[in-house]
Amino acid sequence: METQKNVFERPPAVKEVHVIWMTTGLGCDGDSVSVTAAMQPSLEDVVMGNVPGLPKVHLHNPVLAYEVGDDFMKFWFDAAAGKLDPFVLVLEGSVPNERIKSEGYWAALGTDPDTGQPITTNEWIDRLAPKALAIVCAGTCATYGGIHAMEGNPTGAMGLADYLGWTWRSKAGLPIVNVPGCPVQPDNMMETLLYLLYQVAGLAPIIPLDDQLRPTWLFGKTVHEGCDRAGYYEQGDFAHEYGSPKCLVKLGCWGPVVNCNVTKRGWMAGIGGCPNVGGICIGCTMPGFPDKFMPFMDAPPGAALSTTASGLYGGFIRMMRGITNRTVNKEPKWRHPRAALTTGYSPKHYGRN
Amino acid sequence: METATLPTESKEAGSGNIVEMSWDPITRIVGSLGIYTKIDFDKKKVVQCHSTSSIFRGYSIFMKNKDPRDSHFITSRICGICGDNHATCSVYAQNMAYGVKPPPLAEWIVNLGEAAEYMFDHNIFQDNLVGVDFCEMMVKETNPSVWEKAKKKQAPHAKEHGYRTIADIMTALNPFEGEFYRETLQVSRMTREMFCLMEGRHVHPSTLYPGGVGTVPSIQVFTDYLVRLMRYVEFMKKVVPLHDDLFDFFYEALPGYEEVGRRRILLGCWGSFQDPAVCDYDYKTMEKWGNAMFVTPGVVVDGELVTTNLVDINLGLRILLGSSYYEDWDNSETFVRNDPLGNPIDKKHPWNQTTIPKPQKRDFNGNYTWVMSPRWFDKRTGDHLALDTGGGPIARLWATALAKRVDFGYVKSTGDGVEINLPKTALKPEVSFKWNIPKWSNAIERDRARTYFQAYAAACGLYFVEKALEEVYAGRTETFTPFKVPEEAIGCGFHEAVRGVLSHHMVIRKGKIANYHPYPPTPWNANPRDIYGTPGPYEDAVQNTPIFEENGPDKFKGIDIMRAVRSFDPCLPCGVHMYLGNGKVLKQQHTPTALMGLAKK
Repeated sequence: METQKNVFERPPAVKEVHVIWMTTGLGCDGDSVSVTAAMQPSLEDVVMGNVPGLPKVHLHNPVLAYEVGDDFMKFWFDAAAGKLDPFVLVLEGSVPNERIKSEGYWAALGTDPDTGQPITTNEWIDRLAPKALAIVCAGTCATYGGIHAMEGNPTGAMGLADYLGWTWRSKAGLPIVNVPGCPVQPDNMMETLLYLLYQVAGLAPIIPLDDQLRPTWLFGKTVHEGCDRAGYYEQGDFAHEYGSPKCLVKLGCWGPVVNCNVTKRGWMAGIGGCPNVGGICIGCTMPGFPDKFMPFMDAPPGAALSTTASGLYGGFIRMMRGITNRTVNKEPKWRHPRAALTTGYSPKHYGRN
Repeated sequence: METATLPTESKEAGSGNIVEMSWDPITRIVGSLGIYTKIDFDKKKVVQCHSTSSIFRGYSIFMKNKDPRDSHFITSRICGICGDNHATCSVYAQNMAYGVKPPPLAEWIVNLGEAAEYMFDHNIFQDNLVGVDFCEMMVKETNPSVWEKAKKKQAPHAKEHGYRTIADIMTALNPFEGEFYRETLQVSRMTREMFCLMEGRHVHPSTLYPGGVGTVPSIQVFTDYLVRLMRYVEFMKKVVPLHDDLFDFFYEALPGYEEVGRRRILLGCWGSFQDPAVCDYDYKTMEKWGNAMFVTPGVVVDGELVTTNLVDINLGLRILLGSSYYEDWDNSETFVRNDPLGNPIDKKHPWNQTTIPKPQKRDFNGNYTWVMSPRWFDKRTGDHLALDTGGGPIARLWATALAKRVDFGYVKSTGDGVEINLPKTALKPEVSFKWNIPKWSNAIERDRARTYFQAYAAACGLYFVEKALEEVYAGRTETFTPFKVPEEAIGCGFHEAVRGVLSHHMVIRKGKIANYHPYPPTPWNANPRDIYGTPGPYEDAVQNTPIFEENGPDKFKGIDIMRAVRSFDPCLPCGVHMYLGNGKVLKQQHTPTALMGLAKK
């Protein structure tokens, strides 16, 4: 009888996998920069095979690539032609609405050899999404629209699920995987990628996601539940100015209703974070970010009620928070792929309307 | 070398084998940049260059009517590698508008955060992104003869950095596998931990506010920062001589390399690190507190320091449309007619700008980018100068050196350069480095200055820890001053983003943002030909760059062009894109007219 090999000694179900990392949504490249900070695991751990059981990973990310120009774009064209298989597509930055104007582009990557014009990011999504094994959205822009999808924006920006549809499935049957955060917390992103690579390797079951397509083990708790200043809250002892080490809820912290693990995990190596180190939570991981949290430096509606009630029955507080949590877990209505700009900005020169 | 103040057509007369080459995207930078060139392979020279950016987001549009206190949270998101520079600059502009002065300890904490940002960002860019252009893989591929020389060339400072030959340094820079590449990636994490200690999160900080910071000034925060800083100081004692050896070797191995990326000396620096003893954020005293900064603001033209006065710098700002996808704002509202000192403010000044996007097809004979053309109006000559930042450090060191104002022991400006004095560390004795004003503003000197500025930032960090602890020991632990947002106000912030000049201009009406225009370094560097036909700095620096690469058009990597462009530390969430085509022969040609009409009329 053949000896059963340990899990990490078995060859992965897939030998090699490509990661096509597109930074040309409307973003800031902050999520790519963020993953260079990750240490659990680090990029080099994954690329150099320092994690057992993984397939060989070929990373194609413009911030880090050795190749330039056409040499770099070759991987994109190959992936679109089905010659680079399998690959995971990572999107960074929100998806602009290219349909609200008659010509030009909001976001593009590479040049169309036939027309000499830039190839839009949306065109790349259309070409690559059907071929991808999985799509991961890195950061709040790609997941839900984020800052560039703010009220009054001129580009009609939205998240990828708004663009492809929330029920979209990859050819392997996977929904979009959203890892929000502005920027994405370094280890959250790398750990999610690692999970997916294990799934591809046949070593992990299907990734557990919530209804906003977030990994449940990372976004199942609120900022407040992980915050070491929550003790002050419990005692009704609140900060009244920003230099105070106490609970910041009355100064604009949205921690009680925001799904994020930064107060538990810190930013890097357990260092930093948000309310735990004196920064109000502005809800940057949420579908409702930024509009539903602005003005950031005002107390959230309901903060006065819940803070006076903090000595009262906890179940009531949980219910009230549940309602607010559902509200901020919804995107504003102007984030959509229809051929109309409904953000409140009136363009002069889009060649339409 | 071309002068960038005059409209230029290509000056090359009588050329032969001109090939159109483009690189789009330029990788190993932040953001989206394309470079489109025409190269004369007979003369081995770039004869024309256009730079283009392929992203538009519209910050100035969607910030209108928002709460002014949201502006640092929002503008941080402009950039994913130096977002904190934006947040800081926005806080400076807000402090002016609200008339609030943060407690000294808050300023030291912000300075410590920003120092860590310089230490991190220059470090990762220099040795994980730019460094790849100088690594074994790349040099073997582009200049095999240089690789042969490098193997034989003993590194003059081998004792300080541990690499015997120049080839050993190049091997250590190979992506992911090189020893130094991996070490520097790790250092980029330690420095970001330092950053997080002060500003909460990298790259969009959580603890910065107008009026101060939320950072808890415990003894522990400064101890944790200091021990990491000292490890970085020791690292610098190896990194500075290593780069001197590598860069000096290029001059020696490839005579004439000083012409790569060279342009006229036209440098801008808006100053960095406030001194809380002097800075009160009042516009009327801005000259005084600007001159007290630990990196001196300044405009350097042809090696001469034109001004160090932030008011002069502010008044000279002009935003020209040039070849970009926007409409003019001549018919839009003028928000600020005079500054608080009574000086008139130009319609083309950021305070008065209205951004009107007009998406359209890309046309290199017309409009071809989302980047506008910032210029500095030189009132002595009436020129709209296309200042560059040289990626930041070269302009900062140059302005600081000439101004001779900075002198705090760890750093001393000497008029002809800058001395950086680093204390003893675990394995190395005290070390003094001297950055000398170079002969050229070119690719190699921009890169060299970056390394020296990393040491400069570390030296500043040491001083700021001392000053912060002085406050803590004296019991002055306030980090926040309360303020009210006025109904009507204007403000401006000046700072140095990692890769150069950064300004934020805001106008508040009825307690809301009426106008907000940030100008980061990349629009200064990556901009297209302006309305006068003056090319932007990348275009200018790449045009007339000689080609040293040994490959012909068929296998051309464009390495010399890449080194020229990357020396500016492009960061295009604020602005550009390069593309290397397959080397299509454009035209065999004996007069310069073939290229006429490509420059914007």
